[in-house]
Amino acid sequence: MTTSGAIHQRSLRGLSDGLSQGEFSCRELTEALLSRIESYGPALNAFITVTADAALLQADRADKDRASGKSGPLTGLPIVHKDLFCTRGVRTTCGSNILGGFVSPYDATVVERLAEAGAVMLGKTNMDEFAMGSSNETSFYGAVSNPWNKRLSPGGSSGGSAAAVAARLVPAATGTDTGGSIRQPAALTGTVGLKPTYGRVSRYGMVAFASSLDQAGVITRTAEDAAMLLGVMAGFDERDSTSVNHPVPDYVAGLSKPVKGLKVGIVRQHFDEGLDAVCAARVRESLAALEEAGASLVEIDLPNIGLSVPTYYVVAPAECSSNLSRFDGVRFGHRCDDPEDLLDLYCRSRGEGFGAEVKRRIMTGTYVLSAGYYDAYYLKAQKVRQLISRDFKNAFEKVDVIAGPTAPTTAFAIGEKTDDPITMYLNDIYTIGANLAGLPGISVPCGFADGLPVGLQLVGPHFAEETILACAHQYQQLTSWHDEGPEEFA
Amino acid sequence: MSGRWEVVIGLEIHTQLATRAKIFSGASTAYGAEPNTQACLVDLGYPGVLPVLNGEVVRMAVKFGLAVNATIAPRSIFARKNYFYPDLPKGYQISQYELPIVEAGELFIHGDDGNDKRIGITRAHLEEDAGKSVHEGFGNSTGIDLNRAGTPLLEIVSEPDLRSAKEAVAYMRKIHSIVRYLEISDGNMQEGSFRCDANVSVRPRGQKELGTRAEIKNLNSFRFVEKAINFEIERQIGIIEDGREVVQETRLYDSDKDETRSMRSKEEANDYRYFPDPDLLPVEIDESYVEAVRKTLPELPDVKQQRFIDQYELKPADAEILTASRAFSDYFEDVAGATDATAQVAANWIIGDLSALLNKVGIEIQDSKIDANALAGLLDRIADKTISGKIAKEVFEAMWSGEGSADAIIAAKDLEQITDASAIEKIVDAVIAANPGQVAEYRAGKEKLLGFFVGQVMKETGGKANPGQVNKIIKGKLG
Repeated sequence: MTTSGAIHQRSLRGLSDGLSQGEFSCRELTEALLSRIESYGPALNAFITVTADAALLQADRADKDRASGKSGPLTGLPIVHKDLFCTRGVRTTCGSNILGGFVSPYDATVVERLAEAGAVMLGKTNMDEFAMGSSNETSFYGAVSNPWNKRLSPGGSSGGSAAAVAARLVPAATGTDTGGSIRQPAALTGTVGLKPTYGRVSRYGMVAFASSLDQAGVITRTAEDAAMLLGVMAGFDERDSTSVNHPVPDYVAGLSKPVKGLKVGIVRQHFDEGLDAVCAARVRESLAALEEAGASLVEIDLPNIGLSVPTYYVVAPAECSSNLSRFDGVRFGHRCDDPEDLLDLYCRSRGEGFGAEVKRRIMTGTYVLSAGYYDAYYLKAQKVRQLISRDFKNAFEKVDVIAGPTAPTTAFAIGEKTDDPITMYLNDIYTIGANLAGLPGISVPCGFADGLPVGLQLVGPHFAEETILACAHQYQQLTSWHDEGPEEFA
Repeated sequence: MSGRWEVVIGLEIHTQLATRAKIFSGASTAYGAEPNTQACLVDLGYPGVLPVLNGEVVRMAVKFGLAVNATIAPRSIFARKNYFYPDLPKGYQISQYELPIVEAGELFIHGDDGNDKRIGITRAHLEEDAGKSVHEGFGNSTGIDLNRAGTPLLEIVSEPDLRSAKEAVAYMRKIHSIVRYLEISDGNMQEGSFRCDANVSVRPRGQKELGTRAEIKNLNSFRFVEKAINFEIERQIGIIEDGREVVQETRLYDSDKDETRSMRSKEEANDYRYFPDPDLLPVEIDESYVEAVRKTLPELPDVKQQRFIDQYELKPADAEILTASRAFSDYFEDVAGATDATAQVAANWIIGDLSALLNKVGIEIQDSKIDANALAGLLDRIADKTISGKIAKEVFEAMWSGEGSADAIIAAKDLEQITDASAIEKIVDAVIAANPGQVAEYRAGKEKLLGFFVGQVMKETGGKANPGQVNKIIKGKLG
């Protein structure tokens, strides 16, 4: 189904084949998807900006390139970007009022590399403000709806990207993952979400939330598509000192590696009372499927994983409080009217520009870095972070991947958790560990609970994207969960 | 400040490193460009941009560390110093905090007691400079120029080992000399490339614990450092002697009024919330790197000074002056190597007449209108007695004015010394004949009149007669 049939039902791979075989042109493909975005986008509120005109120009160029044999790996294939990737000439809002009117003078490395490979950008997707949220409700541009049930949240912070892919408006979207912001929405919308190893993809041009945790990745419907995109996005970038100069393998070629013989770790702590029983059942079924395909399941311990959420909510706000200082109303973005003096300029520009969740995190972060509290919070959190990393390192001496639930429940209702930040934060309980340890993780659809998608998360050692992509791909060969889309958007 | 009070001073010197590009971006560091034309997106703190460390600044910091016999940290960390200010685009300054690149160095100055005194250097760390707020020309608003934002600085922090304004200046001059020898900074104080903050406190002599200090910010000349510190010492002693307490605060020096003024108190001080910058990797330096840098170190002022004393037999004070800058010492060595005159004569001319002219015109020795070879040519003519020292000054000025080499000027102006005894005798005879009164007085015992006769002879010869010979001949004839 993903490789043939209606254009919007096809995966990137399927579209690539269709273009190569002349079934349709890049322009026809682009027009078809733009028309779907126009029809369905507003109801979901998945997009902040649609770049139809620029997309058609790119598509025409792609058609010419294809005709003259100059095509790259993604020529003519559609992509949308989470609205925290800077895009030259197209506004970049980060879901925030404080970036109102901000048009970046440059392209993020991810945007640049995908464009150079020939991808056609159709628009920029909605997100939690500055990627701070797990429900896409903190966006200044409003909440995003889950295509499976519009009263429900698609998760966050890459909620717009996940909703757009799940609703078959686009086959692929970029996202960023600081504590689960790609994997959790992928799980809640029945899509594939890949967060690479920290340093695998350049952060240059990503508006920073928490620099030591942020990582760019993709949301697609298949692991194969994720592999195609990662191959283009990954690699050292001299403009990002934290990007790692590590060879980029052929991820697509690596997909054929069988599951047989794979040692899959099951984290004892991941199947506790916090996990919804039906979700747990789906995850166990998917593990059984892997076992049946020849993988061996090994129970493992991550003794300190229970500390990952509190650790994260010290480290991430600390970094964000500093990263967001540049939004001061002086050089770009929102500035309050008629400031009385400098302090008034700062206070009102930032007070008006930032939403409640961002303010909460700036205040938390400022507090934990303050004189007298630094040791007790920030420094201690960094030590715990080391312990969590060590737990993973020890685990990977015994297993090749760690498998478990991506999120504790299926999609929840919009508004359900907004009054209770702590409950909201706990939605990332299974994903945050990978960010703290800098590990690659992927969420892949593994069934439904009461009609809503459930995600299976696979986490690998540093730079083992090949392993988790291959495992996810092989699992998708055995199952067809990813082919099931929300009926309303068929 | 002798007497009851002991002064304790520590300096934080900010040296701008002479790199072409900024510390974390590729933008140029050249001084004096149109506002905001040398600030790229990284310097402007745009969303999404990231700092990338310029390796050249690391090399320069290591060079400095080795020159002051310091420890080079195998691993140092960049941290963020968080505060809001319009000319600080990111809302934080990238600096080194807990783990600086250079630690525990030292240098020696002449202490107030005349002996060599060791001054400890606590640390030297790398950081980026901020931009500049421009208050003129914008009505009620303030303009921001970010050309300077991201310029690399090395902040050199001394131990509180200095005991007077004079020692502070001597220390600052020494650092200034070292960074220029190392060619890691142009040391230009007018352009702000070399400036310091002074921490000053006083305590009763003999007391162990330090008094409450005030920090005087942004002193950009040796003279201001001396005056500001002296003012501050008097102010603090006055407060204590009045029975009040010195408040810990930051003060600004107003050079027009020659006073320091309170800028902000400790209570108003920022909590900078330092933490390691997650955008930058730790700076790791191995021994082979340090050794490679060590090989590039030039001869440093102290070593060179001793060599000048030993090799050229210079007076120590002169050797110190000549080695204060590399250009100065190079010039001296070029002259001394090219002339038949003694090195001390060369030193006298460079420290005396040449320096006076350079100061008067306000240029550096490397731009001197008389180059080392030309000066050597002049000194040769003194050495071989072609001209007298006095005439040499006339020739020197003519050389400065571009009238040619010493030999050319001597020939053109017919300045060659008269050493022919019979010629001098003739003139002496004429002078004696013309001044019978003075001759009588002299012979009556007024020997001071010898100078008068010599002067008359020199006048007659246009200053060209050999003064020694003239003296001798007059004495013979009048004796």
